[in-house]
Amino acid sequence: MTYIENIGRYFIMLKEVFSRITKWSMLKQLILKEIDDLIYGSLGIIIFISFFIGGVVAIQTALNIDNPLIPKYLVGFTTRQSVILEFAPTFTSIIMAGKVGSYITSSIGTMRVTEQIDALEVMGVNSLNYLVFPKIIALMLYPFVTAIAMYMGILGGWVAVVLGGYSTSAEFIKGLQIDFDTFHVVYAFTKTIVFAFILATIPSFYGYYMKGGALEVGKASTTAFVWTSVAIIIANYLLTQMLLG
Amino acid sequence: MIKVENIHKSFGGTEILKGISTNFEKGKTNLIIGQSGSGKTVFLKCLLGLHRPEEGQIIYNDKKYADLDEDQRTDLRQEMGMVFQGSALFDSMTVQENVLFPLKMFSKFPKNEMNDRVDEVLKRVNLVDAHHKLPSEISGGMQKRVAIARAIVNRPKYLFCDEPNSGLDPKTAIIIDQLIQEITQEFDITTVINTHDMNSVMEIGQKIVFLKNGYKEWEGTNKEIFKTDNEAVTSFVYSSDLFKKVREIYIKEV
Repeated sequence: MTYIENIGRYFIMLKEVFSRITKWSMLKQLILKEIDDLIYGSLGIIIFISFFIGGVVAIQTALNIDNPLIPKYLVGFTTRQSVILEFAPTFTSIIMAGKVGSYITSSIGTMRVTEQIDALEVMGVNSLNYLVFPKIIALMLYPFVTAIAMYMGILGGWVAVVLGGYSTSAEFIKGLQIDFDTFHVVYAFTKTIVFAFILATIPSFYGYYMKGGALEVGKASTTAFVWTSVAIIIANYLLTQMLLG
Repeated sequence: MIKVENIHKSFGGTEILKGISTNFEKGKTNLIIGQSGSGKTVFLKCLLGLHRPEEGQIIYNDKKYADLDEDQRTDLRQEMGMVFQGSALFDSMTVQENVLFPLKMFSKFPKNEMNDRVDEVLKRVNLVDAHHKLPSEISGGMQKRVAIARAIVNRPKYLFCDEPNSGLDPKTAIIIDQLIQEITQEFDITTVINTHDMNSVMEIGQKIVFLKNGYKEWEGTNKEIFKTDNEAVTSFVYSSDLFKKVREIYIKEV
């Protein structure tokens, strides 16, 4: 029953987020700040993880292809497909649910505990629009993060394969270019936009409606991470079925 | 002036406010007192429009809150200033940005005029050197002053304070009380203060509303509270020996 109630409250929250829009001059500053916190601040960890994940995918593929009839360029092909279709958009989003999601929940939750949200409401500010809307807009730049994750993943794969001696650079690059379908990139970016919306709104929901003190802020962050991840996994399945199925 | 007519408010089937009626007059410091759990905070949040009473009316200078649409309520809220118990300053903003916030949000003043106004109110609350400090870098008393400055920067008609001197040393508490009273008279606003502090009751209670179990048990002034024989009020206000003594001396002198 609580789940259904929460789903209902989540959609009521979304309606409120898009009503009584904050003054543009303020909103502009908030969006820039959120881009800095949520997008720019996440680049380091995304670059690091993508590079090594790409490397691991390439090594594992190379180690599992020991049949001489299978061409060596398949390592590059498999790395590209894995990184573009799943690792860059989905795996990165799960990491972002932990990093950005818990940041959003704890910052909004702390504002709730310290009555800063009440202060906004008393002043006549639509606190949901003020707090959540800039995060949604900022995270619409999330496909750029995914694009960087794709690039770094493939680069990681190339470095691992070439340095490890599993294949040649030319073979790997041939694999990257073979049978390339641009729709796969469109599919990945479409997923990323949906994930970005989930990343901005579910953690905000758990932060905004939390009750209690510091301990509850921590609990809300954990709950937000779990449900954001669940929502991303379900959305990933549905979008894959709709766009590629 | 704020007129409260028979308001009722419940949470989860428990009635917290059980039909409160009173008036809060303009230019006066109106105090709400009562034991913990008596409904003071819920009452204050109803006055602020953060809780909606199930029954009754709250009228702000002839504007019935329940009859206002969402835009009119937003406009009314811009006429209110609030000092929260924990100050509720935006911790990512400096003192200056906190005070500037309501102006940037709602006014159309040019930037330099906004800054002048911020300087003026910060000077009024005796904070002249803290503009660029973060709330975490200043003391509790200074945070309260910033909260007061933020509450009055938009020249509100109504000022609400939730336990404005809780957590402060007695000297700072008196300074904050006096500051609120001076501002109330200077700007001719309706001030409602929720407090536990008996010093505030004695010093600035131009009107006192005593709540008990969700009812209005008593109302009067800080002079009348010395003379009342209402047992609930006397047992609450004169629970300490010091205040018993103060009362005895006052009655003897009068």
